[in-house]
Amino acid sequence: MDINDLRGLSTLFMMIAFIGVVSWAWSKKRKKTFDEAANLPFADEEPTQRTKEEEGRND
Amino acid sequence: MTELNAALEHPVYNYKVVRQFAIMTVVWGVVGMLVGVLIAAQLAWPALNFDLPWTTFSRLRPLHTNAVIFAFGGSALFATSYYVVQRTCQTRLISDRLATITFWGWQLVIVAAAVTLPLGFTSSKEYAELEWPIDILIAIVWVLYAVVFFGTIARRKTSHIYVANWFFGAFIVTVAVLHIINSAALPVSLTKSYSVYSGTVDAMVQWWYGHNAVGFFLTAGFLGMMYYFVPKQAERPVYSYRLSIVHFWALVAVYIWAGPHHLHYTALPDWAQSLGMVMSLILLAPSWGGMINGIMTLSGAWHKLRDDPILRFMVVSLSFYGMSTFEGPMMSIKTVNSLSHYTDWTIGHVHSGALGWVAMISIGSLYHLIPPLFNRERMYSTNLINVHFWMSTIGTVLYIASMWVNGIMQGLMWRAYNQDGTLTYAFVESVAASYPGYVVRVIGGAIFFAGMLIMAYNVYMTTRKDVPAQAPVPSASAASGA
Repeated sequence: MDINDLRGLSTLFMMIAFIGVVSWAWSKKRKKTFDEAANLPFADEEPTQRTKEEEGRND
Repeated sequence: MTELNAALEHPVYNYKVVRQFAIMTVVWGVVGMLVGVLIAAQLAWPALNFDLPWTTFSRLRPLHTNAVIFAFGGSALFATSYYVVQRTCQTRLISDRLATITFWGWQLVIVAAAVTLPLGFTSSKEYAELEWPIDILIAIVWVLYAVVFFGTIARRKTSHIYVANWFFGAFIVTVAVLHIINSAALPVSLTKSYSVYSGTVDAMVQWWYGHNAVGFFLTAGFLGMMYYFVPKQAERPVYSYRLSIVHFWALVAVYIWAGPHHLHYTALPDWAQSLGMVMSLILLAPSWGGMINGIMTLSGAWHKLRDDPILRFMVVSLSFYGMSTFEGPMMSIKTVNSLSHYTDWTIGHVHSGALGWVAMISIGSLYHLIPPLFNRERMYSTNLINVHFWMSTIGTVLYIASMWVNGIMQGLMWRAYNQDGTLTYAFVESVAASYPGYVVRVIGGAIFFAGMLIMAYNVYMTTRKDVPAQAPVPSASAASGA
């Protein structure tokens, strides 16, 4: 085994890693979690409102 | 103790540090772009260097790049990352004091740069010109930034870490590594040091740093901005959260290898050049994946573009991002690079990314961000945002089109030779032929800069308590819809 085998294996490793990430992201099991995560920018009404009131008091 | 618990259970966001960075983003944007217009004018009319050492192109050019990248872009990244990490983790920044130190520390770095660069103190490494004492200050501020950011993520109220924070996180970690390794130097005095690297290794380390400054400072950080502010402004979640995950891992895995394309046909070993070229070509896929994800977030809401200039800023910034991330891989192909390298095409490419993508996504995000920071419903004038949008777009197009023409012309003139093997053109002939392009660039840059002045006025009027926001002019679509 020489350095070129290692180079070939690294390409293979990257390919497996990529397929791994894609199948992880697209697995049915995680759909619900990701839908929730995608809505995080819209999920902080309460602390935003409290910050607004707090800031208004300092005005 | 109960008060402490109450503060943790019912957090109030720290908007003060976000406000400080947001305002300084506008200020440094105006300053940095003004220097840019000046040096662009110097290339068209060299007398504008006033024959003074402090105002020569060679000293003001690093001042311009440092001011727009690290002062304007950096402040925009601090402001948006501190805002986004709090709001998507539903918790306050872990330490107000540390956050304040990062603000003043970063401003100190910028002022130190603005003083030392015109005086001629430079390490001569592109985008890393600052001398070692300032480099150490940057490293300290950056580590504190990482502590504040990741500390805040660690005490989040949400179970998931939103994708924007992944991009901001990668940007913070990678920039720390890049800066510390590339800036390693042996000081000989307070104002002079020599890099610990030499020869080809120095060049490779420099462009490993240089291209990843593009990849992680100017791309990953601003993609973090994109993943929060585009959905917020469009009022709908990102097109595909799954794609955003693949986008993230693919982008961070590939970008780090692209640096050698800055060193084609140099003493760098051929295999390293080819590796850089191939990795740059692969980079097209994650770049466009991200662009498509951002633009498609608007699917079903395209009508909003008609009367929302903030959203227009964001969508056009993504279009420029797509354009420059196609152009970049193309220019990294060795045969294309042999024509484009060392010409104005490179400068055009950089500005299609810097003005079109980085500045326009920052400007759009700031227009979204500033009203809530100052307890306002909206910006003082929506019409002025619209004017700014058109000035930015026209300014950018004039800039990059003139540099394309100049660059290709220079590349062709430099490689033209006569039948007897002598060069057809002297170098100075290509400089003379570039003159019209340089003038067009000054015009484009000046238009973009004037747009920033309009923004500064609009932001100032928004922050004034005694001035109510102007009623938005009813748009054609709203009128016909009613």
